[in-house]
Amino acid sequence: MGAGVRRVVRFLVSLAVLVVASFAMVHLIPGDPVRSSLGPAAPVELVEARRAALGLDRPLPEQLLTYVTGVLSGDFGTSFLTGEPVGEVIVIRLPNTLALALLATGLALLVAVPLGMWAAVRTENGRNRGTDLTFSAATGAAVAVPEFLYAIGLVAVLAIGLGWFPPAGMAGPGTYVLPVLALAVGPAAMIARVSRVETLRELGKDYMRLARAKRLPAARLHLRHLLPNTLTATLTVGGLLLSSLIAGGVLVEYVFAWPGLGLKIVESITQKDYPVAQGVILVYGAIVLVVNLAVDLVLGALDPTSAIKET
Amino acid sequence: MTSLGAGPEPATRRGRSRPAGWLRGNVPGAAGALIVAGMVALAVVGPLVWGEAAARIDAAAILQGSSSEHPLGTDNLGRDLLARVLVAARYSLLLALAATLVGASAGVVLGTLPSVLPRRAARLATGTVNALVAFPGLLLAMFTAVVTGLGARGAVLGIGVAIAPGFARLTQTLAATVAGSDYVAAARMLGVSRRRVLTRHVLPNIAEPLILNLTQAFGGALLGLAGMSFLGLGVQPPQFDWGRLLFDGFPRIYLTPEVALGPAAAIALAGIGFNLLGDALARAAARTPAVGERPPPPPATGPAGEPDPGAVLEVRDLTVSFPGGLTPVRGLSLTAAPGEIVGLVGESGSGKSLTAAAIGGLVPYPGTVAYTALRLGGRDVATLPDRELGTELAMVFQDPLAALNPALKVGGQLAEVAVVHEDAGRAEARRRAVDRLGRVHLPEPGEVAGRHPHELSGGMRQRAVIAMGLMGTPRLIIADEPTTALDVTVQRQILRLLREVADETGAATLFISHDIAVVGELCDRVVVMYAGRVVEELPAGRLAAGAAHPYTKALIASLPDLDTDRSQPLAGIPGTQPAPARVGPGCAFAPRCALATERCESERPELAAHGGDGRRVACWEVK
Repeated sequence: MGAGVRRVVRFLVSLAVLVVASFAMVHLIPGDPVRSSLGPAAPVELVEARRAALGLDRPLPEQLLTYVTGVLSGDFGTSFLTGEPVGEVIVIRLPNTLALALLATGLALLVAVPLGMWAAVRTENGRNRGTDLTFSAATGAAVAVPEFLYAIGLVAVLAIGLGWFPPAGMAGPGTYVLPVLALAVGPAAMIARVSRVETLRELGKDYMRLARAKRLPAARLHLRHLLPNTLTATLTVGGLLLSSLIAGGVLVEYVFAWPGLGLKIVESITQKDYPVAQGVILVYGAIVLVVNLAVDLVLGALDPTSAIKET
Repeated sequence: MTSLGAGPEPATRRGRSRPAGWLRGNVPGAAGALIVAGMVALAVVGPLVWGEAAARIDAAAILQGSSSEHPLGTDNLGRDLLARVLVAARYSLLLALAATLVGASAGVVLGTLPSVLPRRAARLATGTVNALVAFPGLLLAMFTAVVTGLGARGAVLGIGVAIAPGFARLTQTLAATVAGSDYVAAARMLGVSRRRVLTRHVLPNIAEPLILNLTQAFGGALLGLAGMSFLGLGVQPPQFDWGRLLFDGFPRIYLTPEVALGPAAAIALAGIGFNLLGDALARAAARTPAVGERPPPPPATGPAGEPDPGAVLEVRDLTVSFPGGLTPVRGLSLTAAPGEIVGLVGESGSGKSLTAAAIGGLVPYPGTVAYTALRLGGRDVATLPDRELGTELAMVFQDPLAALNPALKVGGQLAEVAVVHEDAGRAEARRRAVDRLGRVHLPEPGEVAGRHPHELSGGMRQRAVIAMGLMGTPRLIIADEPTTALDVTVQRQILRLLREVADETGAATLFISHDIAVVGELCDRVVVMYAGRVVEELPAGRLAAGAAHPYTKALIASLPDLDTDRSQPLAGIPGTQPAPARVGPGCAFAPRCALATERCESERPELAAHGGDGRRVACWEVK
């Protein structure tokens, strides 16, 4: 079995587990989710009617089957509160969430990969201790501050203080700047560290000595010989960060009132709108799985030796 | 962190067990420790000192901004926000501690399961952990929050669940390393049960790194909980942690941003503190000593003198030194004529490879190179433009797979020499690359040019590296142990190719090897190095009969030949070569030399002409 096929199989198994887990989530809630959602004052008939409408009075295996066939045909149920189909909510909001995540990942990679390489070249073999310390401390601190604090700080300074950007909402390119920045800082610091470590590792190898012996200009030495060899590991981290960035987007969307899935999931959990929470968590999980599969497959295609390394 | 090649000094290893040891010289780690200590102190005394102020309701002062009385303003009941931020430290840290303990215990159990479960179940456990690790913690925490409902309990469980997979993975990895070690294998062979192996041998040995990682996990838990509370999914009133204070303050950011500032700063500071300390702790196990000293000033160099007209390569008084008084190459001189192959031979550590690196301008920082003359074609190497050095100097290293860039096609790596240094067009450069690959006798050179290095065999790779040196107009080829990594039949072919290249191009070759037999076979002239100095120089043909230095003689005597009695152990040279820092004032070989006299111990013999045909030797006992 080829490495690619094995990865796809692993992906499908994980996806199946995820669907079952999201189904189980609502059933794991202690007591009756409908009662808990409608509140203790709701009349018994309403609760019973809602239970019947949701199929919660049927046997569990039948419910699971209905749920799985529903998910496969794009039917994620309807919101307790608004009666909107959950699938529709997802289709409208997903692109807004993905736009933030992709823009932030792109920005982080563009800034962080060259930054990490520069730091590595400057600090190779322990020279320029000052740069080394500054870089480590700055990226270490940047990684340690959560994205929602960057978001709040950016709103306070650039939106409210200086009035350069709108503080919230989604309307036009200007509104993207602050959320994307807030999301990108932490991952950028992380990628810069990985890029530096990878670059340092490659700088010590014989092919770099030989390339130096060929007296290649610095640009060619670093961009053509060094970069491709550091990129695999860096992109892996970048890809894996993309999924954590999608999750971090929840908090950033909340700060900027961004009309994405993240804001919706917070609202639905607070309001006990379980079908929405269930559907959105399932979609988030699926995105993470798809991203990780894509990273695996892209890396397999990029790295000419990975076919040998794959175990 | 990069290793400088030196193993960890005993001093560093001793220092690792004491906190002061690993924190010394580690500014970020020390700063982290300081912040964490401050946070813990605040958690202890905060509620005692400011508890009353934080709870005092003042109807006359609701929703105020910053004032001298309330530096961070007041909340909707008129309570002082600065006091509330200071008081909230205890609850925030306690919740994070609880979540960390939940996550770490669950993770360690999950991570050790594979070592006690039967094979199939173990694989399932491993697979589950691997799948969960890929999931963002916040997503797992929200899933748990849906099930448990809003509140601190749900958030702690959720963050605990989010931390667990990382710990499980770490435990698995560490346990697998320990399980592979000899003492565990020995315990297994003695019939110790798997459970007992786990509790007696595996867990105690992985406890330290796990505990070190707890600090980082704690920082993560703190931030995760703050996030959950900030979203309104965590701590609910009347309880409050920093996240909850931020949740309350955030809507007021338009009018009084300072009310959000306090809790935000507290969260950021705590996050940074625990992360920096955790980072330092997690790395404590893998620290390498830093290079502190500056390299010594290069020794004074004499006048360079006139270039030797007959030499392509002319080295005079070459010295390579490193910080700490290490001088692996001392006052080395040698020359090489066109078409000549000069063998540089010596034990490992004799400085021969650093000599090659110095000639090629590749001595790594912080090494320094000094010389009275280092000339290629009669001109000082330091003044040669890259364009000329890049085409006239070729280098061949020991491991051809490592020497070729794994990401680039072989043809491209050759062609770039012509593109960069000779402004050749792409097509012309590629045509020449294919031609050179053919000249080193690679079959179907056009196809080889289109392949990646890992698709070639070891011998083919070394041929490709040699072909790379032929792209320009090589005047000097430095081959550093070029056949050591190859198998014996391929070695012969590469040696023959080097001879052929030297004859055809007229380039001088500096052939570096520890194998005096190979050197004797291939080279025209042999230069023997010992402890950073040349001890003898002679024509290769005279090796067997004309060697004068006791070290050279010992090297030759240690070679097995057809007459060697195979039932006897191979003859070696007793003793070891002194380290560069331990060379005394006399002859470095004296401690191992049978002929050594008192003079040899105290006074170093200079290299002096001996007999005819350009032989030189540095030994008091050679008359």
